Amino acid sequence: MQNSGIRVLFEGSNFERLLGGLLVTIEIAFISIIIGVVLGTIMGLLRTLNSRPLKAILRLYLEAFRIIPILVWLYVVHFGFSPLLGIDIDGEVTAILVFSLWGAAEIGDIVRGGLESLPRHQLESGKALGLGTRQLYRYILIPQAVRRMLPGAINLATRMVKTTSLVVLIGVIEVVKIGQQIIELGVIKAPTASFWVYGFIFILYFLVCYPLSRLSKRAERRWQN
Amino acid sequence: MTHPEEILLEIEGLEKSFGDRKVLEGINLQVGKGEVIVILGPSGCGKSTFLRCLNGLEPVQAGRIHYRSQDLAKPDVDFREVRQHIGMVFQNYELFPHMTVIENILLGPLKVQKRSRDEAQRQAEQLLERVGLLDRKDAYPRQLSGGQKQRIAIVRALCMNPEIMLFDEVTASLDPEMVREVLEVILGLAKQGMTMLIVTHEMGFARSVGDRIVFMDQGKICEISSPEQFFTSPSTERAQHFLDIFQYDKL
Repeated sequence: MQNSGIRVLFEGSNFERLLGGLLVTIEIAFISIIIGVVLGTIMGLLRTLNSRPLKAILRLYLEAFRIIPILVWLYVVHFGFSPLLGIDIDGEVTAILVFSLWGAAEIGDIVRGGLESLPRHQLESGKALGLGTRQLYRYILIPQAVRRMLPGAINLATRMVKTTSLVVLIGVIEVVKIGQQIIELGVIKAPTASFWVYGFIFILYFLVCYPLSRLSKRAERRWQN
Repeated sequence: MTHPEEILLEIEGLEKSFGDRKVLEGINLQVGKGEVIVILGPSGCGKSTFLRCLNGLEPVQAGRIHYRSQDLAKPDVDFREVRQHIGMVFQNYELFPHMTVIENILLGPLKVQKRSRDEAQRQAEQLLERVGLLDRKDAYPRQLSGGQKQRIAIVRALCMNPEIMLFDEVTASLDPEMVREVLEVILGLAKQGMTMLIVTHEMGFARSVGDRIVFMDQGKICEISSPEQFFTSPSTERAQHFLDIFQYDKL
């Protein structure tokens, strides 16, 4: 009887379904991070320009994502805009939209920070060696900026993977939702099913996020200067 | 070297301003091959700016800088070329923190001068040996002391085989016990006949290394004389006043 709970994991196609759910989770996070990095890099560059109104708008945009919970953003887009615009925005599309915009805001801040913290003297020192503009970017500016940004960006990626669990609430079937379905079906036969299913999901999240977190720690240690 | 045979660098009527503020007003100076010029003067007198004009880090408004049959004060100068011949070392060393010592030194020779790695590496190692830091070649800058970083910065500039070296207050950020190790390297270069322009606040060093002392104040050259004459009987009152500041026994 003790082991009946764990059997739920392997009944029928449950195991594959959970992994499929994890794939949805990773897909939402991965696509959002890619879009977020592209948009965020542009925003970060814009924020280093000397335009007050532009800075103010982008700053407000960042704060909007920091202050308002992501769940509220998901609800506003999915349940608010869909009827308002008369179109049905699919849950997964909503999730990718909101997560991309959030990612862009945060990456924008990381890029701005990375660029602003580069000392002007580093450039002069490269110029004094006869390096041209493109060489200055390639050998001095970009490598240093990327080193400064990477830990923060990886950190953001882990936060995004974890936060995707919220999309259950707008009806996206990802790993947590599939876990719930499996439990609902199996719990009568095996009362400990929820322990084993959620325990397994726990391990899945850990397996995705832990390497990222290690990578960020290593990058930080290796490149501190 | 008071009467150098060959003029390497000739500056005439150099003018430089930041906005409305004039920083250099009519600077005239001839630098002979192998000559060591030490530039002294109070803070903000324009001495660092003057050095920075010579390798194009600061654009100038008027005047001429003759070097290798070109005028470096003109807007169309290819400074990437010029900077390979006029090396510069800064106050804050500015080694590239993401590269090891040897990578720092080889960046210019390999990427700018497109030299072969073997040959450049051999020269880099010889230079490191000379400043006593060959065993640190694979270290990162953060693992070095200030004095070591500054010696590496000098090697990095030397490895380009420059004809002229500019030193901009290279010991000003160092702890006192590290000043000597850096000054000794520069003194060694002087003995080998390197042409140098040195901005410094180390008076003892200025006296022993300089062939001529250039004293600047408020963007102008007030006095050019031999170290002996400058430190014993400067011809201008301003220079005398400046030297008094360094005489703590008169406090």
